[in-house]
Amino acid sequence: MIPIRARLPALFAALIAFVAGPAHAAVFDPETFTLDNGLQVVVIENHRVPVVTHMVWYKVGAADEAPGETGLAHFLEHLMFKGTDTIKPQEFSKIIAMNGGQDNAFTTHDYTAYFENVARDRLDLVMKMEADRMQNLRLTDAVVLPERDVVREERRSRVDNDPGALLSEAMAAATYLNLPYRRPVIGWDHEIRELGTRKAIGFYRRHYAPNNAILVVAGDVTAAELRPLAEKYFGPIPRRDVAPRVRPKEPPHHAETRVVLKDARVNQPEWVRNYLAPSYTEGESKYTAALQVLAQILGGDSSGRLYRSLVVQGKLAAGVGAYYNPASVDLTEFTFVASPQPGVSLEKIESGIDAEIAKLLEQGVSGDELARAKKQLVAQATYARDSMTVAARLFGVALATGGTADQVESWPDRIAAVTAGQVDEAAAAVLRSENSTTGELLPKPAS
Amino acid sequence: MRAMGKSAMSRTAGLRRVAGRFAVFLLLLVAALVAAPAASRAVNVERVVSPGGIEAWLVRDPTIPVISVHLAFRDGAALDPGGKLGLATMVSGLLDEGAGDLDSEAFQGRLNDLAIQLGFDAGLDYFTGSLKTLKENRDTAFDMLRLALTSPRFDAEPIERIRNQVLTILARNAEDPGRIAAETWYRTVFPDHPYGRPVDGTPDSIHAIAAADLHRFVKERLARDNLMIGVVGDITPEELAPLLDKTFGALPAHAGPDTVPEVKPKGAGEFVVIDRDIPQSVVFFGEAGVKRDDPDYYAAYIMNYILGGGGFSSRLTQEVREKRGLAYSVYTYLNPLEHAGLISGGVATRNGKVKDSIEIIRGEWQRLRDRGVTDAELKDAKSYLTGSFPLRLDTTDKIAQTLVAIQMDRLGIDYLDKRNALIEGVTQKDIERVAQRLIDTQALAFVVVGKPDGVSSAGAPAPAPPQPQGPPENPM
Repeated sequence: MIPIRARLPALFAALIAFVAGPAHAAVFDPETFTLDNGLQVVVIENHRVPVVTHMVWYKVGAADEAPGETGLAHFLEHLMFKGTDTIKPQEFSKIIAMNGGQDNAFTTHDYTAYFENVARDRLDLVMKMEADRMQNLRLTDAVVLPERDVVREERRSRVDNDPGALLSEAMAAATYLNLPYRRPVIGWDHEIRELGTRKAIGFYRRHYAPNNAILVVAGDVTAAELRPLAEKYFGPIPRRDVAPRVRPKEPPHHAETRVVLKDARVNQPEWVRNYLAPSYTEGESKYTAALQVLAQILGGDSSGRLYRSLVVQGKLAAGVGAYYNPASVDLTEFTFVASPQPGVSLEKIESGIDAEIAKLLEQGVSGDELARAKKQLVAQATYARDSMTVAARLFGVALATGGTADQVESWPDRIAAVTAGQVDEAAAAVLRSENSTTGELLPKPAS
Repeated sequence: MRAMGKSAMSRTAGLRRVAGRFAVFLLLLVAALVAAPAASRAVNVERVVSPGGIEAWLVRDPTIPVISVHLAFRDGAALDPGGKLGLATMVSGLLDEGAGDLDSEAFQGRLNDLAIQLGFDAGLDYFTGSLKTLKENRDTAFDMLRLALTSPRFDAEPIERIRNQVLTILARNAEDPGRIAAETWYRTVFPDHPYGRPVDGTPDSIHAIAAADLHRFVKERLARDNLMIGVVGDITPEELAPLLDKTFGALPAHAGPDTVPEVKPKGAGEFVVIDRDIPQSVVFFGEAGVKRDDPDYYAAYIMNYILGGGGFSSRLTQEVREKRGLAYSVYTYLNPLEHAGLISGGVATRNGKVKDSIEIIRGEWQRLRDRGVTDAELKDAKSYLTGSFPLRLDTTDKIAQTLVAIQMDRLGIDYLDKRNALIEGVTQKDIERVAQRLIDTQALAFVVVGKPDGVSSAGAPAPAPPQPQGPPENPM
């Protein structure tokens, strides 16, 4: 159901923006509590079908790795499926599947999350298993080393086989001068190669603890039902000293930067620009809601400024978008992307987008645009209630990046309160050339 | 991620893809939806028939103020005329680019203003649509769907714009090793059949499509007698019935005939290598499978789960990934098309390990044929396949898609209640019989895109000639 056009990613972006920080008096109406050992718990009820999404989020990600050990957080994520004192290697996912469940995990710069989707009568089982691997992981080289090869294949699939992903890596390194966001989550291959059992266990001991984790359960369950289970399985796990997240800070930027990747494999050029931007917890956080509205006005859909100007009227781009996700421990990006129509140069694309940015900074946004964008974003909050997995992720992301459940619930109110003046001010503060990194993906004639 | 999924690994937004899709993956999704098991006691399917005789399946859910509609017309891109491949795809991109009195800007503006999500898609065998709206905009949303289906404008500006978007997608697909592998494989096994042609067309065929072609497609292909509808959300049968007549009543009564012939995959034993300078080879493989109405379908479905369909539990994942670290992703799936059945799969591995990986896959193919599956494997597969189905019914749009998929496959409105028993009824003997019937290591056709060590094309180069050649030299 993916129509051929650029506004689809825009819808996706709105969802991300929502995931990023969202949602309205009693959007999800979660219940939250904290166990004595520090484990935060969020319960979101959704009784449509008798299933639950069970997630454990650790407040540790690739940006918390030591230099020279890129990929360690993600590697450990893979290894968490390799057994405990009581679960044999390769058995974890098998047991979940035998119980009609699905499990997986994902890692970003800021967090690592594990989930099981299961029938509600299997909740007990997955809580027991997830609590078990929070404290009893057992690793040997026999399972760790083949998995390292798997991760290197994953890197080849996601990055090395894809010139666009290679440009993204180079863009990240240029966008952040000092923050560890400049390093890839999956790691550099030459560093993945050097990871092993000892480093993985060390990372696990330092970061995996109930006081550094969040349990999120969404679906056919109530807080009254969940609480005793959480206390039974996670409650006995002792606290552990976890060092605070202290990361190097980003200095002021003075140079606009350009990253050009030419690759013989490229058929379709792409253009992308990042502006360093505030997050909920770092930089000028007062601008976050206004920047979400701005992304919607510029690139939110087929009625947005960029699509009308570059795709419909200018006939320069086949697709275009603007994205902003403020749910980040440190600074984040406000991003523009565009795909040229056949035969159009990236220079023309860039001029078109620069002209739109200049117009925005000179003339600001209109009241009509503002009202429309806010209405669309707030509608996303209602749509998000349709999915228990989306709901679980919203709260997991918020809490893992230093936010609160209340902030998720009040997101529609914050969006609704944004004024045109705030959008103009936020645009002027963020869309500055010295904060920008522009990327070009271009074909290279085979030599 | 431990397994491929949606979440981006890379933090920098970078090159978010503007759009992209591939019919094969859509089919896979549809197959998976229906193939997956079991009923959920919480889902009650009602048949709603309008005064005008239009039928929809409804699942009422008043818990949130949202309504999702999914619809499908039988017959898709496989009926695109030879010189105009990609016609169904072009229509799917243009139906909501202006209709009735509303030009593209006005039509899209109204959708966007009300946060109504409307979209269409073309597969080989189906043309599908989806609508999602807040309850408060229900009548407008259905009316926008009516306009799109019954009076699309196909103005010159949106035609050129969508044409350029399709051309951009084709350019991007041409650099994607996975798509190159799959498209080449389909061309190889269906050399003289519409299933071997690219759903999204070619640059030449996309350039050849004119407004008259788009209008003809709508007139001939979108009708009441090939339409299936699923509706989920905060709406009652009494509210839905009149909306069905209003929305779909003006469609023609009958669609043009399905002229796509039945076909058996050719290319048995083909081994095609497409040279690309990439560090990891991407491999696509497969052979004849079963169609959805085959009496052996459920046995084949369970067999595939054990072989390569079951994620971390599958034999291929255990052997290729877990034990040897040869790949991040290795999988198989049944692809029951309307006029052919396939069992296909893929693996991506470093160039130096292509030969080993394919040897293991062939070995597992042979082991399955020779020795079938164990009692424990059969039991575990059944408990996953019966237990996991409700997981697919967790959003209104997924339920609506499932309702349509059940209709597409002619499984009956009580399918959700029958599903578990059909899975549970499969025996060791059934699996043995199906393995003997379907699994043939010599018949597997492979396409490798990359710079694999120690393997090269055997048999015909791509595109394959109409007649498959004699027994190819085994490259192993």
